[in-house]
Amino acid sequence: MGMIDIRHLQISFDGVPILRDVNLTVEKGRTLVILGTSGTGKSVLLKNIIGLIAADSGSIRIGGEEIIGMDPEDLYKLRRRMGYLFQGAALYDWMSVRGNLEFPLRRRELLDEGEIIARVTEQLRLVGLEDAIDKMPSQLSGGMRKRIGLARALITRPEIMLYDEPTTGLDPITGRDISHLIQHLQEQHTLTSIAVTHDIACARIIADRVAILDKGVICFEGTLDDMSGSTDTFVKRFIAAA
Amino acid sequence: MKAAYLRFAGLVGNTTGFAWRCLRDAFRPPYESKEILKHLDELGAKSLPLVGTTGLMIGLIIAIQSRPVLARFGAEMYVPAMVSISVVRELGPILTALMVTGRVGSGISAELGSMRVTEQIDALEVSGINSFRYLVVTRVIACTLLLPLLTGIVDVLAILGAFVAALTETHVSANLFFHSAVYSLWLRDIIPAILKTVVFGFIIGVIGCRQGYTVTGGTAGVGHASTNAVVTASLLILFTDLVLAKLTVLLWG
Ligand SMILES: Nc1ncnc2c1ncn2[C@@H]1O[C@H](COP(=O)(O)OP(=O)(O)OP(=O)(O)O)[C@@H](O)[C@H]1O
Ligand SMILES: [Mg+2]
Repeated sequence: MGMIDIRHLQISFDGVPILRDVNLTVEKGRTLVILGTSGTGKSVLLKNIIGLIAADSGSIRIGGEEIIGMDPEDLYKLRRRMGYLFQGAALYDWMSVRGNLEFPLRRRELLDEGEIIARVTEQLRLVGLEDAIDKMPSQLSGGMRKRIGLARALITRPEIMLYDEPTTGLDPITGRDISHLIQHLQEQHTLTSIAVTHDIACARIIADRVAILDKGVICFEGTLDDMSGSTDTFVKRFIAAA
Repeated sequence: MKAAYLRFAGLVGNTTGFAWRCLRDAFRPPYESKEILKHLDELGAKSLPLVGTTGLMIGLIIAIQSRPVLARFGAEMYVPAMVSISVVRELGPILTALMVTGRVGSGISAELGSMRVTEQIDALEVSGINSFRYLVVTRVIACTLLLPLLTGIVDVLAILGAFVAALTETHVSANLFFHSAVYSLWLRDIIPAILKTVVFGFIIGVIGCRQGYTVTGGTAGVGHASTNAVVTASLLILFTDLVLAKLTVLLWG
């Protein structure tokens, strides 16, 4: 059994099915990349995994714990072991960059003042934005926000990371740097991750396995090499276009 | 038509549920007192100039309007009493509530609404924070505490305003004026008025937060939410005021 186990997951909005029957497993310390066309429900799937959207039916197990129907307090506790990078970064716009990064640490009350400052500086250095520390989110570019969002998600040293398009909106060079950073942290902290991306270059760097979501089901699952050899027409079209 | 009634019933149900959740969570730890103080400070500072001006103005206006009317009955000396009683019992609470609805209620719903559409509320939830308690309950508490304070300020300024009006028209002694304004007030004028402002504050907080917190439909939805918050809260406040007025008169006269 994997660290993340998804079985027969179904979800619909206003009667329109988005996920029909999703089955996925991610082993501890591994990274699964999910590919798929825009609007197929990749973000919805990630939000399901962290309990932001309630599924219609199915099962999502994280570290063996079933999260569908979980008591809200337990869900909050579980989420503290997880990190989530939002597609739009979702920075708190009433706080500076510093405030955004300190916030999850202060709420957890595990570190003292000095450790918090050190941790914030370290995270900003990792994403290459030390100069932005006193800026407000509205003063940042889209790509900068994304990187601050990444720093905020990782600052609590989660065991499980969910990335929604970590490199979208970044220039190719920064995108590659961020992919390498994700890969590096992965190895250093044995994170278990799921990353949604359209960026094949990023997938090449971070993925242990890839899955393709299409029409509400996982139509391919395997390594990137398997993917290149796949005979599935949708997979072929997807690779040809990438 | 039937659909409209059903929608209305649904709305009432949802809002009641939301209000109940606020009440219940307000009395459960952790209390987030730092957040509450922050909101009190921000919302108070935001409304003070507006509310202060309102107070002075209504004092001036009622004094100017009531003097000739009372003079008709040879009751000019009742101007201070007339002002203080009408302001404390009714005008202070209702005008403050309506002004704060326009200023703060709409602001809260726009703020929470934009947090919702930009997924900042989801971001709080994801980092293990109960966003309802952190964002909603703290604001509702702040509004509930704020309204009695602001109303008190309005009442005092209104009586001052009335005194200014009196000064320009006749020769009055400050001593006599304030003595008459204050001693004509009974406890039964003051206590129900304070209780009522608490209810108004709660309404402003709950409606403003509900509209914003449950926004759907992106940025356009945020605009609707904030207009709706003002309309709904204003109507609800007027209606509540009517019910409470009747109730108080029945109980205390
Ligand atoms: N809260 C919601 N209410 C109704 N429909 C929704 C909601 N969230 C998402 N959807 C619908 O679900 C579908 C999948 O959305 P999702 O955001 O998961 O797409 P995506 O695969 O992440 O696309 P992209 O690559 O563009 O980010 C879309 O058709 C969207 O309209
Ligand atoms: Mg998406």
